[in-house]
Formats: sequence, structure tokens, C-alpha cells
Amino acid sequence: MTESTLSLAIAQARRWYWQRISAMVLAICALIHLAGMIWAVRGGLSAAEILGRTQGNWGFASFYALFVLACAIHVPIGLHNVLTEWTALSEQTSLRLSRLFGLFLLFFGLRAVFAVVAP
Amino acid sequence: MSKNLQVKVWRGKEAGDFVSYEVPRHESQTVLDVVTHIQRHLEPSLAYRFACRVGMCGSCAMTVNGQARWTCRTHVAKVASNDQLEIAPLSHLPVIKDLVTDMREFFDKWHRAQGYFQGSRSRHDEFAAVKPDSAERRAANAGIECIGCGVCYASCDVVSWRPDYLGPAALNRSWTLINDVRDTQQQDRMRAVAGDAGCHSCHTTGSCTERCPKHISPTAAIAGLKRVTARAAVRGKL
Repeated sequence: MTESTLSLAIAQARRWYWQRISAMVLAICALIHLAGMIWAVRGGLSAAEILGRTQGNWGFASFYALFVLACAIHVPIGLHNVLTEWTALSEQTSLRLSRLFGLFLLFFGLRAVFAVVAP
Repeated sequence: MSKNLQVKVWRGKEAGDFVSYEVPRHESQTVLDVVTHIQRHLEPSLAYRFACRVGMCGSCAMTVNGQARWTCRTHVAKVASNDQLEIAPLSHLPVIKDLVTDMREFFDKWHRAQGYFQGSRSRHDEFAAVKPDSAERRAANAGIECIGCGVCYASCDVVSWRPDYLGPAALNRSWTLINDVRDTQQQDRMRAVAGDAGCHSCHTTGSCTERCPKHISPTAAIAGLKRVTARAAVRGKL
């Protein structure tokens, strides 16, 4: 086994690990998110009502920041796998594209969390 | 039970065609019996492979009505649809002639997955004491009865689109050895099976497990390999 083949295999095995760990976090986050939504809409859905609950709520902010972070780790790994299996893109190009998409998710996700939490 | 079976058999190499034969139907007849009848009485030039006829050697696997099966222990009554059979060589392997495939790549992959034992003791040493009920031994025992028939390999979707993927049989063998506490080449083996050409591109669709005639679960073995190699990779021990 050459050095480059080994380092590629190690990188792929690591990605698999982080995809699984982030999936575990996402599973819990998704359940809490769904339960939270069902509970929250009971009082009606208005911007004022939502912002009243979220503004300055750092527990809410931490939870959704973690949710966004888990997405930003999980999605690019899966996207990379899909791209390498379905397209003729090289490993490097596919990695760059998927990581770029991960950064996009991270930035806009955190921005959305900030927008509803900031006073 | 009707008197005759209509049997379509693949003739040729990669390029070829199905040829129809009429074969007398018998009680407890196996698919291998059908192929043997054709070769002995109807088409002497038909090439196929078999040895033990009792499900031990793993040489008679073919595609029967679209599914990879061991033919010596597959009864016609179980697979024939409207007294019709379609028999083709195993998928994902080059065809040498008719029903015979070139299995070199399949067995080379066992070797690439370090699917062979390397111990440290000689005949002059004491026997290694391995507890039969230890977790490692039980995991190894679960996959040890593989006969290398290639049914799982021919049934695996990932093999079809990723030719360098080691495949279920090689990975299952590797997992039995990773759980062999006497083996001395664990680091090399984990390196050989890590990554997408190794175990990590398995989609866990489970066709290998569903089709394995020995009821082994390569899917579970591959899941085990994914866990131990990924953990080792993250901890810098790969």
C-alpha cells in the first residue's frame, strides 16, 4: 500500500467517523427541534411571539448553534460521497465543492440563529 | 409437477446469448442436476464448474432466475417459475465460457484484505488458549463458515459501480481475522480494509447477507470493520 493510498484511506475512515458522530447529534437535535415546534405553535405563530421566546435566550442559541454545526459537518461528507459515486469529479474537486457547501450552511445557519437571538 | 422444464442457459463469453433446452423434471432435482443433464445429454460443450455437490466447496454458484445462488443445494422446485429456469454466470466477474467465471479478482481481493492468518507460534510452542465464549471468538465464529462461493460478491451493488471495492466476502474474512487474538498483522489488515476501496463505501443494503447460502452476515462484519478502522483513524493509530 502506497503512502498516498494509505493517507486517502485514513481520511475516508475519519470522515466516516465524523459523519456517524454528527448523525448521532443530529438525531437528538431533530427530535428536540420537532418536539419544540409542536409545543411552540400551540400559542399561535407570530413574529413577535417567536422573537419573544428566542431573543436573549442563550440556551436556544447554543442548541441551534450545535444543530447548525452538526449539519455543517454531516452534510458535506455525505455530499462528497454522492458526488464521487454519481459524477466523474475527482476526490479533490468533490471535497472542495462539498466543503464550500458546508461553509455556506455554517455561515447562513449561524446567521439565522444570531438573527433570532440577538436583542 | 409437470414433466419437463424449459431452461435458458447462457452460452458464450461476455458476448453471447441464452439458448433454450428442455430438461426432464425429477423429484428433489437441483439446479446443478439440471445443468449436468444438459451437459451430459444435450450440449457436451457446455462449460460449468462444480466439485463437491453438497454445499461445501463453493464452486457451483450461478445466477438462477436473476439471483446468485449455490446451484448444488438449490432445488428446482424452490426457484422455477412456471417450469422455467434462466441460468447465467455470476455477475461482476469476467465470463470465461458459458457458466464459468474468472474468479481471480474475487480471490485476489481476499489477499488484498489481508484475509490470511499470520501467527507468532510454531509447532514447538504451546497451543494458544482462546476462550470460545469471548466476544472476539464469537464474532469470528459468526463469519468463519464462508465457502468462498462468490454469491455475495455477485449480489453486491457497490461492487457493480466500484470495481476496486474489496467486496463482502473478503471483508467478512478480514473481520474474522481481526477478531483472531492470535493473529499478528492487525495493523496492516486495518490499513488494507479502511477507506472507500475497503469497507467504508458499503451502503449497508444487505444483499450479501440476504443471499449468502451459509447465512453469514457480511453486512455485520463490514459494520464492525467500519467501526474499528474509523476509531483507529481518528485516534491516529491507523
